Amino acid sequence: MSDLVSVTELPASARFVLRARPAAALACGAVFGVTLPPLCRVAEAGPRAVLGLGPDEWLLLAPKAEAAAIAGDFQRDLAGQAYSLVEVSDRNLAFTIEGPKAARLLNCGCPLDFASFPIGMCTRTVLSKAEILLWRTTETRYHLEVWRSFAPYVVGLLKEAGREFGL
Amino acid sequence: MSQNFRLPKGGRIDRGKPLDFHFDGRPLTGFAGDTLASALLANGVHLVGRSFKYHRPRGIMSAGSEEPNALITVSRDAARMTPNLRATQIELYAGLQASSQNRWPSLSFDVGAINDLLSPALAAGFYYKTFMWPKTFWHKLYEPVIRAAAGLGQAPTLPDPERYAQLFAFCDVLVVGAGPAGLAAARAAAARGASVILCDEQNEMGGSLLSHPDDVIEGVPADEWVGAVLAELARNERVTLLPRATAFGYGPHNMIGLDERVSEHQATPDPLLPRQRLWQVRAKQVVLAAGALERPITFPDNDRPGTLLAGAAHLYASRFAVKAGERAVLIAGHDGAYQTALDLQRAGIIINAIIDPRRDAGAPQIEAARAAGLTVLPYHSVSETRGRLRVKSLDAVSVATGVRQRIPCDLVLSSAGFTPTVHLFSQSLGKLTFDGNNRVFLPGLAAEPVRSAGACRGLYDLESVVADGGEAGETAAAASQGRSLDVSPRPARGDRGYLGELPKAGRPSGHPAFVDFQNDVASKDIALAVREGFRSIEHIKRYTTTGMATDQGKTSNMNALAIASTLLDKTIPEVGLTTFRQPYTPTSFGIFAGPARGELFDPVRRTPIHDWAARQGAVFEDVSLWKRARFFPKAGEDMFAAVNRECLATRTGVGIFDASTLGKIEVVGRDAAEFMNRMYVNPWTKLEAGRCRYGVMLREDGMIMDDGVVGRLAHDRFHVTTTTGGAPRVLAMMEDYLQTEWPELDVWLTSTTEQWAVIAVQGPKARQILAPLVQDIDLSAAAMPHMSVRLGRICGVETRLFRVSFSGELGFEVNVPASHGQAVWEAILKAGEAHGITPYGTETMHVLRAEKGYIIVGQETDGTVTPDDAGLSWAVGKLKKDFVGKRSLARPALAALGRKQLVGLLTDNGQTVLEEGAQIVLPGQTGGLALGHVTSSYYSAALGHSIALALVADGRNRHGEKLAVPMPKGPIAVTVVGPVFLDPEGVRLDV
Repeated sequence: MSDLVSVTELPASARFVLRARPAAALACGAVFGVTLPPLCRVAEAGPRAVLGLGPDEWLLLAPKAEAAAIAGDFQRDLAGQAYSLVEVSDRNLAFTIEGPKAARLLNCGCPLDFASFPIGMCTRTVLSKAEILLWRTTETRYHLEVWRSFAPYVVGLLKEAGREFGL
Repeated sequence: MSQNFRLPKGGRIDRGKPLDFHFDGRPLTGFAGDTLASALLANGVHLVGRSFKYHRPRGIMSAGSEEPNALITVSRDAARMTPNLRATQIELYAGLQASSQNRWPSLSFDVGAINDLLSPALAAGFYYKTFMWPKTFWHKLYEPVIRAAAGLGQAPTLPDPERYAQLFAFCDVLVVGAGPAGLAAARAAAARGASVILCDEQNEMGGSLLSHPDDVIEGVPADEWVGAVLAELARNERVTLLPRATAFGYGPHNMIGLDERVSEHQATPDPLLPRQRLWQVRAKQVVLAAGALERPITFPDNDRPGTLLAGAAHLYASRFAVKAGERAVLIAGHDGAYQTALDLQRAGIIINAIIDPRRDAGAPQIEAARAAGLTVLPYHSVSETRGRLRVKSLDAVSVATGVRQRIPCDLVLSSAGFTPTVHLFSQSLGKLTFDGNNRVFLPGLAAEPVRSAGACRGLYDLESVVADGGEAGETAAAASQGRSLDVSPRPARGDRGYLGELPKAGRPSGHPAFVDFQNDVASKDIALAVREGFRSIEHIKRYTTTGMATDQGKTSNMNALAIASTLLDKTIPEVGLTTFRQPYTPTSFGIFAGPARGELFDPVRRTPIHDWAARQGAVFEDVSLWKRARFFPKAGEDMFAAVNRECLATRTGVGIFDASTLGKIEVVGRDAAEFMNRMYVNPWTKLEAGRCRYGVMLREDGMIMDDGVVGRLAHDRFHVTTTTGGAPRVLAMMEDYLQTEWPELDVWLTSTTEQWAVIAVQGPKARQILAPLVQDIDLSAAAMPHMSVRLGRICGVETRLFRVSFSGELGFEVNVPASHGQAVWEAILKAGEAHGITPYGTETMHVLRAEKGYIIVGQETDGTVTPDDAGLSWAVGKLKKDFVGKRSLARPALAALGRKQLVGLLTDNGQTVLEEGAQIVLPGQTGGLALGHVTSSYYSAALGHSIALALVADGRNRHGEKLAVPMPKGPIAVTVVGPVFLDPEGVRLDV
């Protein structure tokens, strides 16, 4: 494995798309145990994370085993609230892009300026012809989510671009 | 002959590293640090190509990217062969294989040179005038022959095995050009803390300083200064130095394209590196320090090999320690050229004469030259030169007296002055202004955050250039940080150079005086264009093709403009300047393709069950980006046999089908039903949880856009399916309406297409196979009727189990989370083994649904089909107040008689399968409008004859009528029937 950059698939995870009116958002955050972050920011509490993807849209991440409990918690505690929770655990695959050349590797197909993309920021963006979701977790590490069937394309593109870094 | 023209010392070449290379098969040697051009000149090789149109012998003219003559093919092998490279930019490497172009059978004896003898007949506009009639000959005869004879290199015919990379990059300040101005700019910008990208088209940074190592900057020799500045920049981690990177294109919002040559200069390219890389740089501020190009002088026979730009000859001597010749005549169009003559003399080139066409040449310069022993001929012109493959002599003529003298020489040098390189500035849509005093176009009003520095804005003395670069870098850095510095720009001085053709004097030779060397345009061509009535440079350019070669007139535009303006007796701005376009220099297609080829050309989407299907030998088809199994041939089966078998197995037993690609949208919220009512033609309010409905969605114009089964999972939750290809546009249209028209609705949409793998189990035995696998769902007909959905588990995995059918048989669609798709598929298959469960593909799916008259959006519909046309009026909720497309459906045209309606067709001969797309007419009809067309057509094994669906005018009133499908071999007789061929009562569904 290269010291400069690596691409690693992450284990399965529970994922939910949460949409909510502002009034319900606070309660949703409380049920999930993470205060919902603003747009393009990530909030974490223990192994759970919430990614702010839109003014009223969040992606909830949690350990795979907690999926059923999370769905149950929402159903029990939020009856009558204006929100939508849809499980998408299997829709996405996730990867870690890590190393001093991580941003440079992503820039092979992603037109974002990572100098203006602080740790804890997330966004939907593109990698060439695929839509992806990026979250910067440390100075040199990014969490990438992509729809399952686009994953081979994304990995293939990163591997091609990473050849010069020994990927 | 071995580097006989290499000077004994000096230059930036590495004499310890000799490099062998081949030119037209001839072995030669150069040194590391050489370009192909300098290595050829070191070996005395001037003749490197034949001109485009007249096949005239041509030599190296310049030392940079402006080179119009020395276009070379470099090949590593048959596939890695690049034509039309400029020898002046090709870095020499060991084993380089270079060859000349546009000559046959050889460079020194070229049959095409007959064109030169015919040149009086081949003047501008010759092609337009000669090959106009007969018109039809143009495409078939004239154009192919002319193109074959035209002179550029051959494109390789094999696929390019090289790799090309792409990169997005960002910086506060992008500096284009690493000469004195660019280096000063980059240093100043970096010193202010800006992030800087400095790019230069050459392999070494330093620009003009590389050939003027003794100039003094800030008290140190230029050589030293360049080294110190580059070292300082290299130490700064916010600075990126990009040699071998040409800024070729300037796009909106300061997006600049760079073409970086990463490994192609290596003798054995590093296999991990791409050949070239496209940089798309988004810069907050840009400093253009692109320098200036020396202009040649236009005089008769100014294209013989051995004719160079004076500055180029100096550069070869200084930077590469190469003498371009032994005895030179130098034609000076500006005072600065005298210094070049003195420098060349010092380098060991004998200057036989300096010819100056000006009446007002600088007296001090003339004095200095004469003091150094040089002959100066002021106010002289040139009438011709001699020498077939290399210049041998030049005839100088006094403009005042007409007295002619022949001067022997093997080198003719000219310098008319310098033309600021404003290409990128112009590409950025900045306005150019004409400085009438100095007769140059200079950057004027900028359209982007860009500033020009140094020679590209007409500053030529080194002190001003460095100071100007520093100021530009500093103000750019400050601007990128949101501050402005109060700096008043230095006035540009220009060089008051010479423009256009030398004056006619004595008895003119009538020989062509070339303006555009690459396209073989001479001054007389421009004169002809003017005589024929062209007035604008835009028209003159197109008529003569001047400036239209791949060099975009870098050395010719100003001369062409000056010649036209003199003939038209107009000022240069009145004649106009043509537009500069991308790319600055020719750019490989490869960088634009980047990695997008083969498997990475487009994302290839595969379902969770794909690998299983591939192992079974399935034949796949592309459906949008998806790969879908089309059929599963057994040994010896063709598609027809396989599909017949799959169809019969499903109708009589059970089939299994991967429907995972179906689009899925989860519609959730207390207003979900209201939203569905508005988006779909169907009524949804009364649909109970646990039940499904076939939904039809229209565009605003009332035409069918998409369809699919929708299951209501709960009062506030719908599981919507769409067509495979329609999923993104359906979601986009729904979101559009929700966000812009109905933001008050409490409902949200989530794409779940890839959350669920969908396994369709269809056929009379479907229930008995699934029942044992399912937990906590009662599959019985009473508990789970047709068009219902249940939540539960199958094989221990969570499922949304739909009882739906796209085959007309008892059918279920098992939705399981995608990661379990293949395991559940295999479990069902195993359970069905004893019942002969048969996997089928999209082709069988199509036949099964056509037998039932079920439409496929995009096949039976084409954007002109309403629900009523497709026989789907029953689906429309007539009592609903509104839905997307409802008002359009009320338009009279959409209810008019004679609309095309969905029908079935049966051929008289049941074994004849119609062609999809075939037209349908009345029997015996031979002209006029068709009544309709065939939308779907198959052989139905279940029925034992062919079936077809069609859209036919007034079709529902034509049941039983005979029509004809005209085909090349004669019309096929068909009978119009209803669109449902099998089980019209639906008893097979209801079991």
